[in-house]
Amino acid sequence: MNRRDALSRVALILGGTVAGAHVFLEGCQPGDKKTSAATTFTEKDTAYLDEIADTIIPTTDTPGAKAAGVGAFMTVMVNDCYDENDQKIFHEGMKLLNDAGKKKFGKSFMEIDPSARKELLTEIDKEAKEYMANKKQDEPRHYFRMMKELTLLGYFTSEIGATQALRYMAVPGKYEGCIPYKKGDRAWAT
Amino acid sequence: MPNDSTNINNKANLQNTYDAIVVGSGISGGWAAKELCEKGLKTLVLERGRNVVHPKDYTGTLLNPWELKHHNQLTQENKKESPVQSKCYAYNEVSKHFFVSDEDNPYTQVKPFDWIRGYHVGGRSLTWGRQCYRWSDIDFEANARDGHGVDWPIRYKDIAPWYDYVEPFVGISGSLEGLPQLPDGKFQPPMEMNCLEKHVAERINKGFADGRKMIIGRTANHTARVGDRGPCQYRNRCHEGCPYAGYFSSNSATLPAAMKTGNMTLRPFSIVMEVIYDKENQRAKGIRILDAETLKTEEYFARIIFLNASTLGTAHILLNSVSDAFPNGLGNGSEQVGHNLMDHHYGVGASGSYDGFQDQYYYGRRPNGIYIPRFRNISEKTKRNDYVRGFGYQGGASRGRQWTADGVGTELKDQLLEPGNWGMGIGSWGEHLPYYENKASLNKEKKDKWGLPTLDIDCEFKDNEMAMRKDMMESAAEMLEKAGLRNVKTYDSKPAPGFCIHEMGTARMGRDPKTSVLNGNNQMHEVKNVFITDGACMASSACQNPSITYMALTARAADYAVRELKKGNV
Repeated sequence: MNRRDALSRVALILGGTVAGAHVFLEGCQPGDKKTSAATTFTEKDTAYLDEIADTIIPTTDTPGAKAAGVGAFMTVMVNDCYDENDQKIFHEGMKLLNDAGKKKFGKSFMEIDPSARKELLTEIDKEAKEYMANKKQDEPRHYFRMMKELTLLGYFTSEIGATQALRYMAVPGKYEGCIPYKKGDRAWAT
Repeated sequence: MPNDSTNINNKANLQNTYDAIVVGSGISGGWAAKELCEKGLKTLVLERGRNVVHPKDYTGTLLNPWELKHHNQLTQENKKESPVQSKCYAYNEVSKHFFVSDEDNPYTQVKPFDWIRGYHVGGRSLTWGRQCYRWSDIDFEANARDGHGVDWPIRYKDIAPWYDYVEPFVGISGSLEGLPQLPDGKFQPPMEMNCLEKHVAERINKGFADGRKMIIGRTANHTARVGDRGPCQYRNRCHEGCPYAGYFSSNSATLPAAMKTGNMTLRPFSIVMEVIYDKENQRAKGIRILDAETLKTEEYFARIIFLNASTLGTAHILLNSVSDAFPNGLGNGSEQVGHNLMDHHYGVGASGSYDGFQDQYYYGRRPNGIYIPRFRNISEKTKRNDYVRGFGYQGGASRGRQWTADGVGTELKDQLLEPGNWGMGIGSWGEHLPYYENKASLNKEKKDKWGLPTLDIDCEFKDNEMAMRKDMMESAAEMLEKAGLRNVKTYDSKPAPGFCIHEMGTARMGRDPKTSVLNGNNQMHEVKNVFITDGACMASSACQNPSITYMALTARAADYAVRELKKGNV
């Protein structure tokens, strides 16, 4: 069983919902690898990550990941929570993703339109899924898995994601074990 | 001027003299302080760490996830500074200030041992798991019956009135079940199970001939007010400190009660170096501390001393308190101090998913789960040949989310907005036998930053635990399958001893001073005015979460100590 399963189970075993969504954030689990302070993100990088995030979680009837500031969140998390190896993969991934876009559409990711971005990331998501299913345990994760995880985590724990896209109660005040649910009702953010 | 300095010394001694000293302000120290103060004793409470005042020092717990820089995730720096503490489920971006820095508080793992600690007023009562289960005579008679460890000098009838006494003040919610292996207590109304838990409970309760049962967890989260405390607001952020006092901690409950008497002096930043022994009177006469702020040594004196520094902390103090009379540590004629170290072995169980109840959800974040009380080796009928003692389960059901959904864009977002299928997991907590060779000892070569010897911890699970674990895993899957769950998967994350944070046994109770450290009143056989009522006193570990038993033993020992004090016996 991998650590992610272990953590999901811990969450279940504790019998409660886990504040935040750390159960699926593999990049931030205990490890003894070194942290690097050398990796940096530029403002352009943040804008680029915002667009990637917004392609993963776009604006619908609620604002998307860019509005929730997920690009900046990703940079903080990669800098502070990722080990050196994962930082490297993430930074290389930013380049690989852009290159894939150029190859497919002849333009950088920032230059292609939303539908082309979606087409590209759908392909890369498939590639990442396949890679993750076949990789050996100690091989690094796919860069797009990192981006997607950070986007989901950042978005659903953001104010917009938690309170507008999902339902959030800071202080529920009571517990009810069984309440009616109808299809379309939003999940609890925490 | 000799006369002057003598006067100053006498005056200092007088100022430093109390009726009682309590070492430690965690879950048992808080109770010792409350009981001794309420009985009129001027009591000094020594705490090695900083003060934590309820509720003002629960910084960060009212912040929303997006107001925290890392949305409550751990950083590489956290993991580097505290590789052991940061593994704890309760350690997060907010609660981390209730855990020690591993860098500053070294110990040696002779074998892997995760020592999770909180050095501040309230100790681990701020971050504890809050589950409260009485022991029964199945537990108190276990050592005598199968020959492991030494016989407990008490039985259920001795402690039952003290469970009755502490529970209403603690404020424990739970259901009355009439189970012999898990006696009922004085409970507040139970929390509710959710739909899937109710379903699984019904199947388990009907499905097994051995009378096993799934009940709602008994937790020190308050479903009704306890004086001016609570009730629980269902935020499920307990380990960050609760501004509503929705659960029991020393900070919210016992220490304020002690303070209210006007008899308590709380002294943070007081690192206990040793208990000072008076050979002539065969009594402890006080405590020598190192002030962590001034770095000065101070002495405090009292007629009775309660050691509540935690299982390993108390062992450390005893082993470090050497004198002519006790060259191997205070009250250690038995050579049992530091030995018989136990934890619970856990992190093993099963989980599965459930297709039904798509039209059901829940409201609020219940800081509690379900409990399946022990069902092995509790009668002739349930006796196993492959191991002695037993285990219980904790767990819970919830609706998941589609975190691993494929794709990107609107379809992905829409999928993630709705709750997913129901799932349920149960994990087991098993008894760890007392083995003499599982021990903590002083390492005089490796000093901490205060210049005190550190601990070498040498502890493991053995054959009995391993055989039990197999059953813990298989029975978990069997129950979930019987309850109709799909995709039932077992797991064993094999945590090291210590990681369950139920350390016990390093100064055990017993009937014979030759083989135990404490008598049936938690009084040192060899030093009659020293009482130990933290986890160190435990002669066996049972499989229930132990804190409520420490609390009951503490109140009982305080009552005895004060009666003995009044009779002039201590």
